[in-house]
Amino acid sequence: MAKVIGLTGDHAIAYAAKQCDVDVVAAYPITPQTIIVERFSDYVANGEVKTEYVCVESEHSAMSACVGASTTGARVFTATSSQGLALMHEILYIASSLRCPIVMAVVNRALSAPINIHCDHSDMMGSRDCGWIQLYSENAQEAYDLTIQAFKIAEDPEILLPVTVNLDGFIISHCMEGVNVISDEEVRKFLPPRKAVYKLDPANPITIGALCFTDYYFEIKFQQEDVMKKVPAKVKEVGEEFGKITGRSYGLIETFGLEDAEVAVMCLGSTAGTARVVADKLRKSGKPVGVIKVRLYRPFPTQEIVEAVKGLKALTVLDRVATSGAPSGPLCSDVKTALYAETEKPLITNVIYGLGGRDISPENLEDIFNDALRTADVGRVDRPIKYVGVRE
Amino acid sequence: MSEAEKPGSKSLPIGGILVKPGSSIEYKTGDWRAFRPTLDEKKCTGCLICWIYCPDSAIIRKPPIVAINYEFCKGCGICANECPVKAITMVEEGA
Repeated sequence: MAKVIGLTGDHAIAYAAKQCDVDVVAAYPITPQTIIVERFSDYVANGEVKTEYVCVESEHSAMSACVGASTTGARVFTATSSQGLALMHEILYIASSLRCPIVMAVVNRALSAPINIHCDHSDMMGSRDCGWIQLYSENAQEAYDLTIQAFKIAEDPEILLPVTVNLDGFIISHCMEGVNVISDEEVRKFLPPRKAVYKLDPANPITIGALCFTDYYFEIKFQQEDVMKKVPAKVKEVGEEFGKITGRSYGLIETFGLEDAEVAVMCLGSTAGTARVVADKLRKSGKPVGVIKVRLYRPFPTQEIVEAVKGLKALTVLDRVATSGAPSGPLCSDVKTALYAETEKPLITNVIYGLGGRDISPENLEDIFNDALRTADVGRVDRPIKYVGVRE
Repeated sequence: MSEAEKPGSKSLPIGGILVKPGSSIEYKTGDWRAFRPTLDEKKCTGCLICWIYCPDSAIIRKPPIVAINYEFCKGCGICANECPVKAITMVEEGA
């Protein structure tokens, strides 16, 4: 039975992890950690879950403990944010390369310096090539839904890769929404206990994490490239199966107004909600605008994006991360690469916004849409990168 | 095994996992050696201190003395350093 309860994004994720009956949570409980693991520790203390909760001394140790637990065949969950994710960086690669299907919530926040605890995507983008499947949520509902789906994607014997469920710091993590939750029974049915393909077991000894030099390393890394190709179809399949239970079906991207749009804005996370409201208003005044929200960022849904932008005259890609010398932000670079071989493609502008939690207002987005319409009109990109919301 | 004979990404177990135990015996690490421990059998008292200290179990018990397994000895020199009667000396390979 579905019910609606008031939950912050953090609490929604902890609630989902509880329902997923995880065996091990390893986490470091001090800033920049979030309330996700705090709520989860309440569940442990109250006896609501049988999870082994390992309170470690750093995020580096948290992810190390998660890898160790995962290799024994356990279902493993953790959460982190900003500097914490940065400290895990080294072990993120080990988790994906050893094919540990760990699920981690990443509350996206800025990296220091200056010290800042608010939203941007610098943390995850700093580790974007770590070999994890990366999902971005728009609100607490999606964060809850994606957490449950993440375990099913990660633990699939065809996949066996870790997954991050990203949610915007404070905007989603700390704001309360009405969240539709499904029953524990429904979650159990959707997500049976993990069946490990390989696991550390004294009765059947194996070696995980052995030395692998010039003669085999490339082959092992190529396996990861290969399995990433199977991920989009799996994410779609799991998203659709989830939809059959809940009525909330999920794909790789989500579009709004694209059927007749001439220009569109593309983004990750909570900004998509604001963009949709603004696009709806502009469309009512006759402006042909649309929105593309990217839910699956790694592996990059190249084919879906190529299809989605067909017919657009201009596309503005929003990046909530500093580029620091790159030709464009990471999402924009990916989109440009994805479209390079296409003969017909929209004019692409990159907008950098919202660093360190700087708000992006509906007015900002209206300007961005109007700029894109002007670009489409004149037929050329005057400024490939624009910084929106910063004082010069 | 030649390069062409080695298994490719599709036939290797995922993640470089070794699914059968005991395979390290097949991985001869002796060719890593730059310095070779050489034993003066006349000086060796068979005290087995080198046998205890060797990190690669490359010292073999051969009563009343010891021998060195050069297939696995990496030439770290710990045995030579620990030998109380200076029965082991490190000699540069190829010298």
